[in-house]
Amino acid sequence: MVRGALGKVYKDGEEIIRQGKPGESMYVVQGGRVEVLQHSKKGREQHLAYLEAGDFFGEMAVFEKEVRSATVRAAGEARVLKVDKKTLLTRLREDPLLAVNLLKTMSHRIRELDREVSHHKKVRL
Amino acid sequence: MSLSGQQSVADSFSQLVEDGEKEFNLRDGSRIAVVGGGPAGSFFSYFLLNMAEAIDLDLTVDIFEPRSFKYCGPAGCNHCGGIVSESLVQILAAEGIVLPRSVVQRGVESYVVHMDVGDVAIESPVHEQRIAALYRGNGPRDGCDTDLESFDDFLQGMVREKGGNVVRKLITGVEFRDGRPFLDFADGEGEAYDLVTVAAGVNSKFISLLDNLPGDYEPPKTTRGYICEFHSSKEEILRILGRSVHVFLLSIPRFEFAAIIPKGEFATVVMVGEDLDQELVHAFLNDPVVRRTFPTDKVPCVCSCSPLINLGARKRPYGDRIVMIGDSGITRLYKDGIGASFRTGKAAATTALFHGVSGKDFEQHYWPTCKRIVNDNRVGKVMFATNAIMKNSRLTRKAMLRMSQNEQDSAGAKPHMSSLLWNMFTGSAPYVDMFRGTMHPGFIYNLLKSVTLSLLPESDSAPVKKKAV
Repeated sequence: MVRGALGKVYKDGEEIIRQGKPGESMYVVQGGRVEVLQHSKKGREQHLAYLEAGDFFGEMAVFEKEVRSATVRAAGEARVLKVDKKTLLTRLREDPLLAVNLLKTMSHRIRELDREVSHHKKVRL
Repeated sequence: MSLSGQQSVADSFSQLVEDGEKEFNLRDGSRIAVVGGGPAGSFFSYFLLNMAEAIDLDLTVDIFEPRSFKYCGPAGCNHCGGIVSESLVQILAAEGIVLPRSVVQRGVESYVVHMDVGDVAIESPVHEQRIAALYRGNGPRDGCDTDLESFDDFLQGMVREKGGNVVRKLITGVEFRDGRPFLDFADGEGEAYDLVTVAAGVNSKFISLLDNLPGDYEPPKTTRGYICEFHSSKEEILRILGRSVHVFLLSIPRFEFAAIIPKGEFATVVMVGEDLDQELVHAFLNDPVVRRTFPTDKVPCVCSCSPLINLGARKRPYGDRIVMIGDSGITRLYKDGIGASFRTGKAAATTALFHGVSGKDFEQHYWPTCKRIVNDNRVGKVMFATNAIMKNSRLTRKAMLRMSQNEQDSAGAKPHMSSLLWNMFTGSAPYVDMFRGTMHPGFIYNLLKSVTLSLLPESDSAPVKKKAV
């Protein structure tokens, strides 16, 4: 299952981050697959995405002092590496181009979100 | 002269300056030679090609590396302890680079510090495997049948995927022809390039070829290290060393630093110091503390070497169309050489692509990265000198042990000494951060308390607890 060898192994269904909880780290999937989901106010779970080796999550907590916007848990056994906020921000100060990789993914996510919103609008019309 | 005439002269002058600057810019079809296919050369090439692709620039990058890292033993060895630091593992992950299981021989989660007064296991602050023990080449002699994959070969693979070429040619000469660097190959042929990036390391003969070039490329100061690979079964190495890296604070004269790193069927012993010789190596391997940790007399050493180690900075690691990165330019003192290769490699690639390849461009945009390492190494020297004083006194050794054991045993305790030892041994933080940590009132108070308690007679008989690893 696991492509990478570093980080921590999470069992199937084990939570890595929880929506609404504070957090300071970003995570990078090293192997296996994780599921991103959101809980509605009524407690219903909505699947948002699956992430695989090389994908990251939790980056919003590094740049904003906000609680986690989604829950992420292992979908099958998964290996995930934690990236400390201090390490990342220190390196970003030295090498702003590191942000390019992060921005690429974040931009892709915004594009996906736009597509979703536009799809929902069409359905409502 | 009329006003318009003056403007015209000014315009011509700025045009000349602009043309001069353009002359040193990389453009479509520019050719870059990278001498040395280790981490520095590969990181430089990977980021150069990656960023060039993003701005639609078509470059040719040739990495010259006569050795193949697919061979085990000396033919494919790159003379390195093979540790990727915690901070670099995280940065690589943020860059989208995942180190595969076949390359990482062991994910390290703890270090065990050994002293004559006892041992202490220092766990990773996040309880995760964020340090990678690996082989730069394809492993030592006797490792040919194992499922090892070389780190350097993995990085070269990333460069190939980006369109770079790995050329198995030996370079026998370098000179400038018509303002461009020209490389002579062992087969009698040669080629001109727009930029030559030297990533050859201090053990390469290529470094001496730079002496013939115009410009002051005074080589960095070096010393000898010692690396030995001990071979046994995977189970036996795991039984003896666990999953931890073992480091030693011993009061052997001239001894500075040594570590034993478990890597599958092998255990790598690494020693560094300014005054290292066979006598010191022998004294270390036969020290009772080392023997009780690892039976160096029973497990055979199958491969050993005494490579040169960069101890300082090249004063001017750049010139017009030439730049030196990694070990051949500047590296971190004793630690995190791969991290320094990454930082200098990426900084040189960014400079070449976005600013130009003149000496002035490298001085303005590449040298600041090197300078940060140089300044940090100065603090590192102070830290190692202090460490030498601390480890040479039984009282301070006992105090260090007591303080770090207390921190490891009590949940919630601020890990002042543990963090210092962790960062000193793993190379995960800059030396300046470590130094700041020692100035913390909590560190000073706890150290003084531990020294005082270690003076009490009963502390001599206090049991020394060794944590399970």
